[in-house]
Amino acid sequence: MILSLPLRWCADGERLPGRLLLVAAAALALFLVLPLLALLIGSVRDDEGAFSLLRFAEFAATPGMATAAWNTLWVAALVTALTVPLAFLYAYAIQRACLPLRGLWRLIGLSALLGPSLVGAIAFIQWFGTQGVLKAWLGGASVYGPVGIVMATVYAAFPHALMILVVALATADGRLYEAADALGASRWRRFRTVTLPAAKYGLISAALVVFAYSVSEFGIPKVIGGNFPVLAVEVYVQVVGQHNFGRGAIVALLLLLPVLFAFAIDTWVQRRQQASLTARAVPYQPRPDRRRDLPLLLYCLLLATAMLGVLGMAMYTSLVRFWPYNLELTLDHYIYGLAEAGVLAAWQNSLKIAALTALIGTPLVFFTAWLLERTPARPAALATAVRAMAALPMGVPGLVLGIGYILFFNSPDNPLNGLYHTLTIMVVATVVHFYTPCHLTAVTALKSLDREFEAVSASLKVSRFVTLWRVTLPVCLPAVLEIARYLFINAMTTVSALVFLYSSETLPAAVAILNLDEAGELGPAAAMATLIVLTSALISLVYSLLTHLLLRRHQAWRNFQR
Amino acid sequence: MAEALFDQVGSEEVIPAPAARRLAGGFTVDRELPMAHLEITQLSKRYGAFVALDGIELAVDEGEFLVLLGPSGCGKTTLLRAIAGLDRQDEGRIVHAGRDISRLPPGQRDYGIVFQSYALFPNLSVADNVAYGLQHGRSDRRLIRQRVEEMLELVGLPGTQAKYPAQLSGGQQQRIALARALATAPDLLLLDEPLSALDAIERVRLRGEIRALQTRLGVTTIMVTHDQEEALAMADRIVVMQRGRIQQIGAPRDIYRQPGNDFVADFIGRGNLLVAERVGPHHARSGDLLLRTGAELPAASTARFYVRPEDIRLHDTLDQGENTFYGHVLKCEFLGPYSLVTLRAPTADGRPLVAQFSSNYLCGREIRPGALLRLGIPAEHLQALPEAA
Ligand SMILES: Nc1ncnc2c1ncn2[C@@H]1O[C@H](COP(=O)(O)OP(=O)(O)OP(=O)(O)O)[C@@H](O)[C@H]1O
Ligand SMILES: [Mg+2]
Repeated sequence: MILSLPLRWCADGERLPGRLLLVAAAALALFLVLPLLALLIGSVRDDEGAFSLLRFAEFAATPGMATAAWNTLWVAALVTALTVPLAFLYAYAIQRACLPLRGLWRLIGLSALLGPSLVGAIAFIQWFGTQGVLKAWLGGASVYGPVGIVMATVYAAFPHALMILVVALATADGRLYEAADALGASRWRRFRTVTLPAAKYGLISAALVVFAYSVSEFGIPKVIGGNFPVLAVEVYVQVVGQHNFGRGAIVALLLLLPVLFAFAIDTWVQRRQQASLTARAVPYQPRPDRRRDLPLLLYCLLLATAMLGVLGMAMYTSLVRFWPYNLELTLDHYIYGLAEAGVLAAWQNSLKIAALTALIGTPLVFFTAWLLERTPARPAALATAVRAMAALPMGVPGLVLGIGYILFFNSPDNPLNGLYHTLTIMVVATVVHFYTPCHLTAVTALKSLDREFEAVSASLKVSRFVTLWRVTLPVCLPAVLEIARYLFINAMTTVSALVFLYSSETLPAAVAILNLDEAGELGPAAAMATLIVLTSALISLVYSLLTHLLLRRHQAWRNFQR
Repeated sequence: MAEALFDQVGSEEVIPAPAARRLAGGFTVDRELPMAHLEITQLSKRYGAFVALDGIELAVDEGEFLVLLGPSGCGKTTLLRAIAGLDRQDEGRIVHAGRDISRLPPGQRDYGIVFQSYALFPNLSVADNVAYGLQHGRSDRRLIRQRVEEMLELVGLPGTQAKYPAQLSGGQQQRIALARALATAPDLLLLDEPLSALDAIERVRLRGEIRALQTRLGVTTIMVTHDQEEALAMADRIVVMQRGRIQQIGAPRDIYRQPGNDFVADFIGRGNLLVAERVGPHHARSGDLLLRTGAELPAASTARFYVRPEDIRLHDTLDQGENTFYGHVLKCEFLGPYSLVTLRAPTADGRPLVAQFSSNYLCGREIRPGALLRLGIPAEHLQALPEAA
């Protein structure tokens, strides 16, 4: 029996990790690689199933496709050019200046993660739309179109860039700053010669993530884009609207390429980074400096206000009867728009999906990473294959994954056909979609443990599975909890893969927003978005309390760590 | 008798019987095998095209303290890990206590290991760390507790059971790692640079303690180090390695006094290489120096001598005894208990010599650059090196 773990050391324990890794590899192949292959194959087949490039020719001849591709690219470029500097300065203020309430600025900066990307789109419609109070600010331009798309995407992508840049700026070598000060370098020169080069890899990474995000995001252009064509919406229209899977596959493929390319570059760049911070680096401690801190504080205040304005507007919309004509506060959108209309079930679906994703995904990701990092799982080629598959989801936009799932699981020849439209497949798709960041978190935590734990256990004749349970897991607990939280919140807010996989019984909340908006029900849409934000916020709060209590109560040893 | 011993260590259930016997100091009981306790034959290991171990032959006696010494990357750790079964060799046999363990996984071998990083489990208390290898199935808690207490006593840290590793100093952590490795009374103790993460003073203290402990328990021990002083101070025998090969095996004194080749001579301690021309069975000439040697010279026309700095003596300026000569002081480094003096002497290749004079020998006299000293090398310290390889 493969899965009965040997608790006392035994010879069989030597081969077991290899077998378990094989299981993990098979699972990733089945739920990630095969669907993507189905997409590739689907794109080079005609309706009879013979090989042909007909679909590509057909696609190229379709009017408007070239425009959509071009629009996708320049919007993504513009979003990247706006988001990265904004996020960099914000991260700089958090990490390198002496601001009061640093934790609060950080929290607000990341707040957009709590809701689906549509929150921004809904809020910007309310602020700048036909009836918007700030309509005049746009100087005659309409928010429905590229302007709105760019604004909402910048809002949604901002926290993703911020997370990367905060980390990049956190690990600075204080000695370099002391050296620069000792040499009397000017503020600007110091920034240019010390700060920027050190954050270079973080900046590149952030730019690529934002670019990929913008290219593959389709909820935002769908809601606020008006008639402005972009590729992501094209996929949605082809597949969901017209059931033209073949055409959808072509467009999805077109989306996959730039994103995969971006992440390939990122992987390559990150690999070169290794040596930049030595073990002897001294953490940089900023000292108070009025001339730097005050402008940065104002900047944070401005951006935080804007972000709260966006989030707040979405929530406010859910509470007023009819913006902007009747501002009477009411719960009608929740009661009649959601509960009575039977849409509240979507929120429950999402809760189920999110809980299952966290419960199933966390052990799966962590255990696989453990097999890779802490066991001599042979053969080596298998480990390499699993590593590659674990890194792949980062470069696959959700909607590409979703279409791959349709083509693969909806095919009548597939014995797993029964999974299609079920909650199970939606959970699986979500785990796969968010696999890479979780995997990286687990790997980082596992790598930070002493290399020799397993060797010591073997010498003491203790099974590596016992050591996993008694040592590895407790030490990595913060990372494990972080993975669970990440999976939960993302499962709660994601639209892209699930929009192709749900049935009327399994409609998730974030997709329900899209449908409500399509039906012109902005109030209930905002109410649903608010529900999601509140749920995510609550889970984050519970997570903080839980880690705090758990680490305090059962992990006394951490208090002595230096 | 045996039963009394078991009672004394209180470990009947926790520790395999032969190990318990040895632990109590009774390792002379049944030893008729002519074979060495650990015997390694023709051990080789490659990483791709790189040869990490090349035909290692090594025999370790029971109760011996063996030190693997060599420069970084010479394969010491690789050899130790092959013995532990952590990195499998490509070829060769390892026989431990009459059992061929070459293909056995680590858990079926019988050893305890201590790493440079200690690898203590940070989330477990000292007691749980030490007991980690003892807690199998339904073993008696009272016995385990007793055993832990005993081990902590042994390494000089009684009463630390409830602490966590992070609350201990580096030296204390290393002692706990040692206690953990010894708790199961393994037949073989493997130490990979156990002292290199400690500061100099702690290192010297702990090396004395480890050696005393090893002598007391009589456990066969193999230690890896690249610190020659540590090797000289601790080992029964030293194995000098370079590029995956054993260069010389011998007692510390022999390795130091009679290095088997240039590499060993160079690696252990400081030294001066003197190239001379053989002019008789006991005489050789190097530049203006005519040297008499204690041992007879081999027949080859050139002889090479390795002279330790402390073997160069200081004479009265007018002393004309054998093997004496004048040297110009180029540089003098005062290092507390001794001074290192770099000299120019009339040797064949004119390479400067380094001499070491102990401070009490100099009696406070100061040696200045430019001074002319009368020096000598006693004939018995002139031993010819084997031909350069
Ligand atoms: N997994 C590996 N893959 C490739 N080469 C390796 C591997 N492990 C060790 N080596 C090489 O084998 C050689 C011997 O390594 P080993 O760790 O045994 O050296 P060492 O004598 O212990 O050195 P140090 O004193 O630095 O610990 C080194 O040159 C190293 O680069
Ligand atoms: Mg080593």
